[in-house]
Amino acid sequence: MENGFSSPRSESFPAGLRVLVVDDDPTWLKILEKMLKKCAYDVTTCHLAREALNLLRERKDGYDIVISDVNMPDMDGFKLLEHVGLEMDLPVIMMSVDGETSKVMKGVQHGACDYLLKPIRMKELRNIWQHVFRKKIHEIRDIEHENIDIIQMSRNGSDLSDDGHMYCGEDFNSKKRKDFDKNDDKDFSDHSTKKHRVVWSVDLHQKFVKAVNQIGFDKVGPKKILDLMNVPWLTRENVASHLQKYRLYLSRLQKENDLKASFGGIKHSDFPPKDPAASFGHQSSINLNQNDVANGYQFCGSNFVAQDAETKNNEGDLKIVSEIKRTLTADVSDPQKMRSSQSFSHSFASLETEASYPAFDSTNPPEFSWSENPETQIKKEHKPHLQLEDGYSQLPPHGQQHQIPINQLQSDPAVTSVLSLTGRDMSGSIEIKPLFNECKSKNVSHVSPTESAIDTFPVQTKSQLINHQSFEPISTVISSMKPQGFNLSITDLESCQRNLTSASDPNFAPINEDLTVWLQGDYYRMNFGQSIDFIDYDDPGFLAEVPFYLYDPLTSDFQCPIDSTTECPIVDQGLFIA
Amino acid sequence: MDVVVQLQRQLTDHTASLFHEGFLNEQFNQLQQLQDESNPDFVVEVVSLFFEDSERLLNELAKALEQQAVDYKKVDAHVHQLKGSSSSIGAQRVQAVCIPFRNFCEEQNIEGCLKCLQQVKHEYSLVKNKLETLFKLEQQLIAAGGSFPTL
Repeated sequence: MENGFSSPRSESFPAGLRVLVVDDDPTWLKILEKMLKKCAYDVTTCHLAREALNLLRERKDGYDIVISDVNMPDMDGFKLLEHVGLEMDLPVIMMSVDGETSKVMKGVQHGACDYLLKPIRMKELRNIWQHVFRKKIHEIRDIEHENIDIIQMSRNGSDLSDDGHMYCGEDFNSKKRKDFDKNDDKDFSDHSTKKHRVVWSVDLHQKFVKAVNQIGFDKVGPKKILDLMNVPWLTRENVASHLQKYRLYLSRLQKENDLKASFGGIKHSDFPPKDPAASFGHQSSINLNQNDVANGYQFCGSNFVAQDAETKNNEGDLKIVSEIKRTLTADVSDPQKMRSSQSFSHSFASLETEASYPAFDSTNPPEFSWSENPETQIKKEHKPHLQLEDGYSQLPPHGQQHQIPINQLQSDPAVTSVLSLTGRDMSGSIEIKPLFNECKSKNVSHVSPTESAIDTFPVQTKSQLINHQSFEPISTVISSMKPQGFNLSITDLESCQRNLTSASDPNFAPINEDLTVWLQGDYYRMNFGQSIDFIDYDDPGFLAEVPFYLYDPLTSDFQCPIDSTTECPIVDQGLFIA
Repeated sequence: MDVVVQLQRQLTDHTASLFHEGFLNEQFNQLQQLQDESNPDFVVEVVSLFFEDSERLLNELAKALEQQAVDYKKVDAHVHQLKGSSSSIGAQRVQAVCIPFRNFCEEQNIEGCLKCLQQVKHEYSLVKNKLETLFKLEQQLIAAGGSFPTL
């Protein structure tokens, strides 16, 4: 995957690797610092575990790798190791003067990627970059893997002609893996011929997106795209792999959007930026139904790290975007059911945290070109809240390119609420953004077009509103809300359902205090093509529609009268559970 | 430059003996190699840190072992730290004493611990003296216009 690796430092990699060293022994700290500097690494030292964690949290993507001693006065090195792994997902190397097997074993169990014995030689430090590199590769592979699964899923019923053979399960996966090292944009089906990497420039990607939109996201296939793009040197395989990434990206984006809306934005400026990151990491731990998605998350996380490095690299951005899109698309196979929404939400969630969901414009015409993937241009009105964490700032604000038509509303101002749960233990705030899709229009009495498409309930209960546990089941996206729109909602199916049905009930109890439900304002905007101003939370109609995907425990408060007239097949089917 | 030559010889001999007698090990060489123009006093600085830290630890150890109810966990923690610290500069003999010291802690053997404490103090002061001599010789050599080779 090029995105992860094509960081600005890549040319001189591993020089400039950002290392955080934690050791309570001042002598060792000094020595290690000197040794690492000699390796041309960028070193930061601290002698307390707490200090280290603070540093790491402050700058989520400020470091590439952490080296820590096992015995420290304020916190056990293994504990630190766990925290770092969970929250930041960075490679951690343990050190100790004690080389007992049991200790080493413990280190490995807690996730250390290496265990060094003191006295440490410089040559041992020289090669620590391999852990960073390896992690990135694995993450990418995971994403790819996930994508493949997703694609497979989505393709079950669809046309397999072109793409089918490319994504033939194991085969593909294994090929992918084999090929992985060779080149990124590869040619899945044929790895006998050496293909050189295709660099997806902004222009090229734009062509791609245009073609995809033209064809209609749900009907898209590499061959068709290739034909439309009319780029002679591009092969179908290149397009196929790019499509995959694009889908992944989109799905991530959705999630992010949700997340973002929930915390960043609309009213949530206080949501600490790191949260998303944290949540992100955390999210990965959340078990989303879709493993894919989970993977995606991870990927997202790491992606972000990588992204970070990439700074304003359009291309890099694109990559991420494409990753996300890929996941997205993959997820949704059936336009009617927004199964994808789920993955979407997942990815969004991850995205959200990380990337600044830049403005996707929501110029998307009402018709939804993308049933599955929200390829809407999300009009970013809320730029401000899109500021994603540092890591993701790279994410292309050129949302234009990746327009994700989130919901295709068919001229209904559908509110897509994306419920994304950000499980951030750490910050303890979980935001769930319900993504309400058009579905709402169905059930809901109606959201008047003038209403902001996105109703975001800024319920922010920053504290864990949603427990992760409950989150799980909810992870489905309520895609089915609206046949076309994809609702990304990671929420409980039931709630979804309820929400939908209750949409028509103006008394729908809005947001639970406990639940921070952020309806994605952004999203909605997209749907409409009109400029939606986000959030009209107060709009009763909206409220009604807002499906609170509250996790069960949370939803106790609200009554969503389940209306049997719910037309939107909500989550039941929409459960995009991988 | 007889003086220089003499000093150089002294320095070399002294250093060799340190290694030979096991006061220092390879790690010390590593430190010397890390020293460069940007850090001309690196070795001295590191060793000074070691001295400070060790003295602190030795005090803590003495205190902890004087208690009525000895907290062996604490003692063990200190010894562990001392072990790590001494390994940083290659103070081999100090490091070596820490091993039985830790065993005694585990066994909660107060006598064994006290004995080890004494031993470790002894080794520490030995290596400290030797290193201080080393640094003095180096300084003298530089002052006399020579330079000392790194082993």
